[in-house]
Amino acid sequence: MTAPKTLYDKIWDAHVAHEAEDGTCLLYIDRHLVHEVTSPQAFEGLRMAGRKVRAPEKTIAVPDHNVPTTPGRENAETMPEDSRIQVAALDKNAADFGIHYYPVSDVRQGIVHIVGPEQGWTLPGMTVVCGDSHTATHGAFGALAHGIGTSEVEHVLATQTLIQKKSLNMKVEITGKLRPGVTAKDITLSVIGATGTAGGTGYVIEYCGEAIRDLSMEGRMTVCNMAIEGGARAGLIAPDEKTFAYCKGRPHAPKGAAWEAAEAYWRTLYTDEGAHFDKVVTLKGEDIAPVVTWGTSPEDVLPITAAVPAATDFEGGKVEAAARSLDYMGLTSGTPLTEIEIDTVFIGSCTNGRIEDLRAAAEILKGKKVKDGMRAMVVPGSGLVRAQAEEEGLADIFKEAGFEWRLAGCSMCLAMNPDQLQPGERCAATSNRNFEGRQGRGGRTHLMSPAMAAAAAITGKLTDVREVM
Amino acid sequence: MEKFEKLSGVAAPLPLINIDTDMIIPKQFLKTIKRSGLGVNLFDEMRYDDQGKEIPDFVLNKPAYRSAQILVAGDNFGCGSSREHAPWALLDFGIRCVISTSYADIFYNNCFKNGILPITLPKEQVDVLMADAEKGENARIEVDLEAQTVTSADGQVFSFDLDPFKKHCLLNGLDDIGLSMEKVDSIDAYEARASAERPWV
Repeated sequence: MTAPKTLYDKIWDAHVAHEAEDGTCLLYIDRHLVHEVTSPQAFEGLRMAGRKVRAPEKTIAVPDHNVPTTPGRENAETMPEDSRIQVAALDKNAADFGIHYYPVSDVRQGIVHIVGPEQGWTLPGMTVVCGDSHTATHGAFGALAHGIGTSEVEHVLATQTLIQKKSLNMKVEITGKLRPGVTAKDITLSVIGATGTAGGTGYVIEYCGEAIRDLSMEGRMTVCNMAIEGGARAGLIAPDEKTFAYCKGRPHAPKGAAWEAAEAYWRTLYTDEGAHFDKVVTLKGEDIAPVVTWGTSPEDVLPITAAVPAATDFEGGKVEAAARSLDYMGLTSGTPLTEIEIDTVFIGSCTNGRIEDLRAAAEILKGKKVKDGMRAMVVPGSGLVRAQAEEEGLADIFKEAGFEWRLAGCSMCLAMNPDQLQPGERCAATSNRNFEGRQGRGGRTHLMSPAMAAAAAITGKLTDVREVM
Repeated sequence: MEKFEKLSGVAAPLPLINIDTDMIIPKQFLKTIKRSGLGVNLFDEMRYDDQGKEIPDFVLNKPAYRSAQILVAGDNFGCGSSREHAPWALLDFGIRCVISTSYADIFYNNCFKNGILPITLPKEQVDVLMADAEKGENARIEVDLEAQTVTSADGQVFSFDLDPFKKHCLLNGLDDIGLSMEKVDSIDAYEARASAERPWV
C-alpha cells in the first residue's frame, strides 16, 4: 500500500519528467498561458538561440495588461506607442511560433486567467503556468498552477518543463457556512489577514472545508487567485461535481469517450485520508465578516466594522511598515473604516471580473445611483463575460447607476493601460493588490468584494454591504 | 548569464519589510520589450519625486550608495508580481546580491536566472549587516558563493544555505534551458507516457 497523498502530491507525481539526485525535477507543463508584458524577452531569447516552441498546441496567448478598455481600441493607433509595440510583438510572436491566440479584436479576448478556464484550456489535474503571479487562479479546478518569471517562460516555451523542487503542503480549511454578505473575496482576504503575506511562502495551499465546497467555481477562482498574496506558490481546491459541470462543453474540454475517461481520472484527485500537511490553518466560516484593507499590503485586512489601527498596534518591522502605510494612505488611527471617503470604484480584475462578481455588484446597484462626483467603472474579465452581462441586463443596471461599462482587460488593477488613479485619489477596488502606486502613483487602494465596492459607490464611503442589502 | 563567484562592496540598507515588486520597478516600466536599461527606474517612486527629480533622502540617491552592489533588505523582499523586470532593474543598477531574512518565491527564483545571489540569513545576522550597510563606504561586506559565507565589516563570518543546483548554475553562469535540453529524452518519454494515460490533455 502506498502512503496517503495530498492532492498536490498526486498532481506533482503525475508530472515529474525527470528527477535529479538532489530532488531537482523537470516538471512537465500541460498548459502555458502567455500575455504581452512578460513574454517578449522570452520569445526574443528563443529566436536568438534558434529554438522553437516545443508544444505550441499547449500554449495560449492573449493580450490583457496593456490594452485600453475604451471603445475603438481595435484601432491600435489609439494605444500609447509603447503599449502598441508590446501588443504588436505578441501578435507577431503568436503567429511566428504557431500558438493559440485571442487578439484584441476577438470577442473571447480578456484577462488570461479568465480566458483559460472559460475556453476549457484549464482542466483538473493539469499543470498550468503563466508569466503572471495570479496564475494561482486556475488552482480552483484542482490544477497545479503558478506564476513564473520571464526566463522561466522561455524555459517552458523551449522545453515544456519547469525546473522545480517540490513545495511543502499547507491546508487552509474554512469550516461551516458563510454569513449573509460574506463572499469568496472575504474568505481569501481573511486568510491573508490571518497568515500574513509570507505565511504561505514555500507552500502549496489546499483550500478545503464546507465553506469552500459551497462556493461556485467563480468564487473558488477568487479564493485561489490570491494564494500568491499569502506568499504561496499555488492554491488548490479538489475538483467535484461543480468543477465537472463548469468544464463540460467548454470549447477545449474533452468530448464523448475522452470526457468519460477524463472525468474518471479527475475523480481520483483528492487528498487521501491521513495525508500529511506541513502546516494547517483553520478559520470558521461563521467568523468571517465583510472585510476591507486599510494599508498597502494585502495582509492589512480588517472587518468593515473596525477602525483604522495605529502603527503601535503591531510588532517588529511591521510597526515601521504600518506607519508608512498609514501615511501613504492618508489615514488617522481610530477613524471608523466606514467614515473613509472614496472617489473611485473599480470592479473587475482576474480576482473579481467574472459573471458572478458582476451579478453580485449589480444586485446592490439595482435602481440606485453612484454618489455625485464618483468615478466608477466596471471592467468585465473577458469579452464573453461582458456579452453575458449585457444579455442578463447587468450592463444596463451598471450604466443606469452611473458606472462606465468597459471592454475586457486588466485595467486599473495594475494601471498599465490609461485606467489609473491620480495622486491622492482613493479607490474601492475588487482587485488583488493595494501596494503603493499599484493603481497609479500616489493612488490609494482599498481591496474588497464586488458587493462591498458597489455599496461604496452608492454611499461614497467604505460601507458595510449588509446595511444596503 | 554572468558568473557569480565573490563580491566585496558597499551594501545599501533598505530595512522596510514586504518590499514588493511594484516598488522595485513600477508597472509603467514593464512596457519594454528588452531586459536592459531598467536600472535608472529601480525603486522609481521612492527614488524620484513627481517631477522626476531625485529624492535626496532615498538610500540609492545618497553619494555613499550610488554604486552599491549589495542590498540589505527587510523581511519578505520581492513579494507581489512575477515580473522579472525586478531583478533586471536591480542588475542594471549594479546590484548583484540581496541579503534578507526571507524572499517571495517567484522573485527568489528570478534572481538566479539573472546572476543575482539572494542570501537568506537569520534576523540577528541581517541586523549586523544592516548596521554595516548604514555605515556606507566605511563598512564593506564580502560575499563568497563557493564558501557560502558573508563576512561583515568587522570580520564576523556568517554561513548561508543554498540549493546546490542553483549554486552550481550561478557559479558557472549556466543557462538553464541548455541544461534542461540535455534531458530531452526524459521529456520525450514522459510525453509519450502521459499522452497515453491522459490523452485529453
